[in-house]
Amino acid sequence: MSYLTITELQKHYDNYHALRGINLSITEGEFLVFVGPSGCGKSTLLRTIAGLESSTGGTIELDGRDITELASSKRDLAMVFQSYALYPHMTVADNLSFALRLAKVPDAEIKEKVRSVSASLQLDPLLDRKPKELSGGQRQRVAIGRAIVRQPKVFLFDEPLSNLDAALRVQMRLELARLHKKLGTTMIYVTHDQIEAMTLADRVVILNAGQIEQVGTPLELYRQPNSRFVAEFIGTPKMNLIPANKAALQDNNLAIDLLGNQIDFPANRLKESLSASTIVGIRPEHMTLVEQDGDIQGRIELVEHLGSEAYAHIQLGNDQTIIVKAPARSELKDGQDVSINIDVQEIILFNENDRVISVIPEEA
Amino acid sequence: MKRSITRLLMAPSVILLLAWMIIPLSMTIYFSTIEFSLYNPDQNGFVGWENFEFFITDPAFMPAVANTLILLLSVLFITVVFGVMLSALIDKPFYGQGIVRVLLISPFFIMPTVNALIWKNMMMNPVYGIFAWISTSFGLEPIDWLSNHPLMSIIMMVSWQWLPFAILVFVTALQSQDTEQKEAAQMDGATGLHIFRYLTIPHLARPIAVVVMIETIFLLAVFAEILVSTNGGPGYDSTNLTYLIYNQALLQFDVGTASAGGLLAVVLANIVAFFLIRAVGKNLTV
Amino acid sequence: MTLNQQRKFKTFLTGLFAWSVALVLFFPIFWMFITSFKTELQAISVPPALFFEPTLENYVEVQERSDYVKHALNSVITSFGSTILALIIAIPAAYSMAFFPGKRTKDILLWMLSTKMLPAVGVLMPIYLLSRDYGLLDTRAALVIIFTLMNLPIIVWMLFSYFKDLPKEILEAARMDGATPWDEIVKVVLPLSLGAISSTALLSIVLCWNEAFWSLNLTPSDAAPLTAMIASYSSPEGLFWAKLSAASTLACAPIVIFGWFCQKQLVQGLTFGAVK
Repeated sequence: MSYLTITELQKHYDNYHALRGINLSITEGEFLVFVGPSGCGKSTLLRTIAGLESSTGGTIELDGRDITELASSKRDLAMVFQSYALYPHMTVADNLSFALRLAKVPDAEIKEKVRSVSASLQLDPLLDRKPKELSGGQRQRVAIGRAIVRQPKVFLFDEPLSNLDAALRVQMRLELARLHKKLGTTMIYVTHDQIEAMTLADRVVILNAGQIEQVGTPLELYRQPNSRFVAEFIGTPKMNLIPANKAALQDNNLAIDLLGNQIDFPANRLKESLSASTIVGIRPEHMTLVEQDGDIQGRIELVEHLGSEAYAHIQLGNDQTIIVKAPARSELKDGQDVSINIDVQEIILFNENDRVISVIPEEA
Repeated sequence: MKRSITRLLMAPSVILLLAWMIIPLSMTIYFSTIEFSLYNPDQNGFVGWENFEFFITDPAFMPAVANTLILLLSVLFITVVFGVMLSALIDKPFYGQGIVRVLLISPFFIMPTVNALIWKNMMMNPVYGIFAWISTSFGLEPIDWLSNHPLMSIIMMVSWQWLPFAILVFVTALQSQDTEQKEAAQMDGATGLHIFRYLTIPHLARPIAVVVMIETIFLLAVFAEILVSTNGGPGYDSTNLTYLIYNQALLQFDVGTASAGGLLAVVLANIVAFFLIRAVGKNLTV
Repeated sequence: MTLNQQRKFKTFLTGLFAWSVALVLFFPIFWMFITSFKTELQAISVPPALFFEPTLENYVEVQERSDYVKHALNSVITSFGSTILALIIAIPAAYSMAFFPGKRTKDILLWMLSTKMLPAVGVLMPIYLLSRDYGLLDTRAALVIIFTLMNLPIIVWMLFSYFKDLPKEILEAARMDGATPWDEIVKVVLPLSLGAISSTALLSIVLCWNEAFWSLNLTPSDAAPLTAMIASYSSPEGLFWAKLSAASTLACAPIVIFGWFCQKQLVQGLTFGAVK
């Protein structure tokens, strides 16, 4: 059953349409991540849910109650901000208890709640310090603690890890995942970092230009993107996109003319007819370098050695560069001619509107 | 928060300032068109432009306008030019910086009446003053500053008050200048003079605008220094508009003419403000 | 010279130069202070006397002749009174403009500042007559009202610049924590801007303390603050430099010392945050 339901949500600024009809239903206890490029509306959506921005259309319902017009202070949501937004004039303990004091919770109860949260986040030695005496990671934990203390219905996170250095970010990411497991509370998390999205989320919402592009589990989005935008956004390095010169259905196979090489794509039926400007998408790990007689030919421009693996940037005949994953120890040389095999099962086709062309796969 | 609450919070300030501007100004406009002397308060018929004519044809009028502008421009020039140069010269770490700062800003806190009295007596007195003593020590004839160079004396007093302010603003601004930028320029072969001309001056554009604007507000209204030191004299040599109107109003009790003069002062201030707001208004609202 | 020696020499020159400028500019104040401890004869001696036996006589006489305490009290009451009043009026306005800006906010601010451009002398007569008609001539109330209105635009603008720079997210966090607008002002905004509010107050006090146009014209005797009292020493007859210096020192000392402690914030304040 839906816990938080967003219906046709709109947000207009003076001359800018930030949210263009968002529909979303979130179940209780879910970890939902909003992801997308900057300016896509993900933060606006979060802030509208929080009540920090007013919507200009549509409704938000939380736990059976319409909260669209409610003040932030009455929505029973807690938010962790990118800059942490701790109260600089209060100690850590006061920061943690501020909301409870405003709500006139009895002192004994406040003490008990602050104690348990500070113990679980290892904030005990810091309780008497002011925010400016804390490191970035400590501030982050206080900000999270401040949200937890209130036991809200939903946690909202606005790019909470982007001000931390890389090592700390990975650590905090794990802590957040653990926290979600422990508390079981609904969490909505905004990030522009698709790795954070993939590792944390139960479901990921990809936003683009104020609209939802696709919603799904991380693996669904990775394997079955429904648009070129999603395909390119998810996955590092990016999916390779190669324009196909011609594509035609022959027998039961789809024959794609890729830079003069014919590739047989096992599909018995296409859901739409193909046009001249079909785009072939294939991820780097779904290609292999072979000695000779591969599906397509190219020349190595540059090899990036990452230790556990390597990525070869390969120049194809027509000035197009693709990236192919290679074994870590491969002794590839710049300028070397190579041949590439494509795992045709993994090819994804996009039409001229950048939507995916659905195919019904050949029966095995 | 709702629009109505934000309006309500602003209302007292806006209403009070509006009243402070409109009520006295409309009264001034009204007074300027009637005959109104405090010696003879019952006689107040409409006289049209007569008060303006009377004020403008007063032999003191043209000198007063000229003196007002000369005072404004001279002090602005002195404080900005010397302020920029001095601040650029002392914008490096040296021994006792804190104390120098404190000494430098002090004249800014001296009230105008005291300022005028110190300078008039202990500095500029032709017999016993410090300047006279310095002159005679060099075997020169002491200068009677207030009698022979009255406007210049006023300019000195006012500049003394405002130069420290300018220096302090510029020094503070210079501290925020990007040192990497300067170092890059040095690596590129720029001399100190180049750096001053092409990096420091542009960096100071906004603080200069701010200093000019604040000083103008206060300099157009210089009054106490003149009242205390020269009484506008000798003749009208150090009379500015403010002092002239004060003279009409509270020494000659001619409200009508004083009001006409007041309006002319407002017009003058508006002309200056027009150029000023155009020049620096943008800089202030960032 | 090595590069290091050159650097040291440069630093020395800078220091020498800075100290000279500061001492020259400070000299009149130093001289006023010194003179206040001289006898009248020593005060006008040529060449100027640097070494002498200091006396406190002048200070005693100043108090006897012009009732220093009364005028000082007038100064304190008018500058503190009008500052507090102006802050009470300005804080809500600055808060609303900084955190809930509308399309007209910038225009309203510029207009407020432009009222400072209206020369006082343009409204001298109406204010003088209004004060006379309402029995406010030579009262502290008249000065408090005028000083409040006179400094209101600057105070609003300064507070606005400070408030505007407070991180918005902190206020949003408070809102998420359940704070009402009142909680927000009292528990978050005010504690966070205590420094700003006090330096604004200091600046306003300095400007009021040294205000000379209205105090000379509206409060010639009973309610005269120190600026007006000092002006009475300007009579050309008789050279009472020592007493004049004592009176001046008494009039300026409170505000100069005040200023020393907060000069940095004052510069920042007076430039509306344009200079950090």
